[in-house]
Amino acid sequence: MSGKLLQRRVDRSGPADYDHLMEVRDIHLSFKGVKAIDGVSFHVDDGELFAIIGPNGAGKTSLFNSINQVYHPQQGDILWKGESLMGLKPNHTAERGIARTFQNIALYPHMTVLENILTGRHVRMKSGWLAGSVWLGKAKREEMANREIVEGIIDFLEIEQWRKYPVGLLPYGVQKRVEMGRALAMDPEILMLDEPVAGMNLEETEDMARFILDVQDELGIAIILVEHDMGLVMDIADRVLVVDFGKQIAIGEPAEVQQNPNVIKAYLGEEVEIGQQ
Amino acid sequence: MLYSSYEADQALMNTGPKKVILTLFLLFLAFIPLQMVEGIPDLIPGFDFLGNNDWLKLLSTACIFAIGALGLNVLTGLAGQVSLGHAFFMGLGAYTAAWLGAAPGPLAGIGLPMWIWLPAAGVVAAIVGVAVGPTAVRVRGLYLAFVTLGLVFVGEYIFRNWSTLTGGSQSGRTFPDFELRLWKEETPLVDFANDGTWFGVALSGEAKTYYLLVFLLVVFVLLAKNLQRTRAGRAFQSIRDRDIAAEIMGVNEFKYKLTAFGISSFYAGVAGALLASFVGRTIPERWDLFLSVQFIAIVLIGGAGVVTGTLLGSVFVITLPRIVQDFTGWLTEYVTEGNGVFVWLADLLVVTGEGDFGLINVQQGIGSGLSVSILNQVLYGLLIIGFLIFEPLGLYGIWLRIRNYWKGWPFTY
Repeated sequence: MSGKLLQRRVDRSGPADYDHLMEVRDIHLSFKGVKAIDGVSFHVDDGELFAIIGPNGAGKTSLFNSINQVYHPQQGDILWKGESLMGLKPNHTAERGIARTFQNIALYPHMTVLENILTGRHVRMKSGWLAGSVWLGKAKREEMANREIVEGIIDFLEIEQWRKYPVGLLPYGVQKRVEMGRALAMDPEILMLDEPVAGMNLEETEDMARFILDVQDELGIAIILVEHDMGLVMDIADRVLVVDFGKQIAIGEPAEVQQNPNVIKAYLGEEVEIGQQ
Repeated sequence: MLYSSYEADQALMNTGPKKVILTLFLLFLAFIPLQMVEGIPDLIPGFDFLGNNDWLKLLSTACIFAIGALGLNVLTGLAGQVSLGHAFFMGLGAYTAAWLGAAPGPLAGIGLPMWIWLPAAGVVAAIVGVAVGPTAVRVRGLYLAFVTLGLVFVGEYIFRNWSTLTGGSQSGRTFPDFELRLWKEETPLVDFANDGTWFGVALSGEAKTYYLLVFLLVVFVLLAKNLQRTRAGRAFQSIRDRDIAAEIMGVNEFKYKLTAFGISSFYAGVAGALLASFVGRTIPERWDLFLSVQFIAIVLIGGAGVVTGTLLGSVFVITLPRIVQDFTGWLTEYVTEGNGVFVWLADLLVVTGEGDFGLINVQQGIGSGLSVSILNQVLYGLLIIGFLIFEPLGLYGIWLRIRNYWKGWPFTY
């Protein structure tokens, strides 16, 4: 498919000196009296596709925001390769290789597709404002080298024809892909996708599922997927975490989770005999 | 267009027509002052009036304002932070230039050459910008506008009272001339301020100053264009468009907002030093809120975030008063002569004597109506409102529309 992109497959040749790529240990997050996350623990391993599901308001996006340190959980710990992320700034999590897409597309609408994806390269580039202003030597070479990498991603996501369009003008499905491209441009080791197929039709959903699987298989990037589309989650996830009202109610392989009575209760409600009360 | 390398695709002048038009335009700018030189044929018919010294001065002023506005464009247009403090940083630059560059006398001055005082004016303004930045970057939108508004008043107060440097409100002070010296030698290497001969062509001081400022503007435009298309420029724009997402994607918001503040202040400092030297004698009240508002007007009318727009905006805002003045003068003459089809319409517009009704009054103090300077301020206001509502991309947006129309012509899309 795209040679350039594949050459940059995450290198896992050396022995890992950590237990899990990412580990979340019993985190609690509350806003004043509202408990958004109430004791959630899970871990994600190298190259794994881990899904988080749960009804609306269960705290899935808050989990992502906690990992990114946009929110700071009051209790618990989040470990990245054995090192705690707590107290860092969001941009530090990006530097460590944690990439993310957003539920309500958070692209930069006035910039082109190319520029949007190039902003993803920000953490992997070095030249400062002065070198950039002068546009000589290193800064120029760096721009060109990164342009080539970005073209690989554009090729991978099949968005060549929109390359120079301001993102705000593009259709929703394409914007979702561009957002994934921007995250991939960060050379991440984990990719957190917040509802990547929300609002998409069947064809777009299938395209996106293909991209997600390609990212996992060909690029070797671990994925955390938050999604409401049960068909998609049960089809592609390696393991699933179910949360409800901030509480962890089940974790395991898709088939196990589907049989879990707590999960059925959370999604379908309880069976109550009428007239017994 | 077919490109065979990413470099060609990302070049500033990536198409043939762009190259041709830019070259022609630069030649046009170069020929403007030559129109007034004897023995050189009229190369740009129709525009030869631009070679007059008063028009040259206007164009030079536009160049200086464009340099300042490029700075505000980095902060407001790219990074999305509204600042009303631009005049303060210009004042800082001007007085730094005066202190370093002016000849020793009753007011502070140590007589260093221009290649020191001009960059220093920018650097000092940038340092102060970065120093006050941390307070400013914590707030957004309207609150930021108010914090920076405060700067202007604090600055004016300091400038007014530091009379050993600024000369105070009564007389102000003079600023160093545009002269290039290696060090403090008697005769300057290149004298931009006074009449003289360059390469056998006799040029007025105004023409030489004009060439210097056009050259500086070209340099600053290149810097601004490059900044916009590289890593830092993209970081600024990402903060403008979606700050939280930008942070999650790895942009250090605090650092880049501060950088934008610093760069903007650098441009302002240089523009301030140039403006003060260009005008010659300036009082501390020159660096007031109206100057800041003029810069906001330039950026908004030209088109926020676009270098070309900033240039268009500068020329427009600086030449507007002159055009209005010439136009109303011509209207008054037209009405006084009294033979024309549209005299009745022109008569409605201008006040021609006591008791006459009209919108514009060119005879100072007699009768009703707006004076030309008030009319200009009203026009600025109306234009800012009009552009914000009808064409947020400014003059550049209008140009885009025209270009896209002709691109598709004769088809509608």
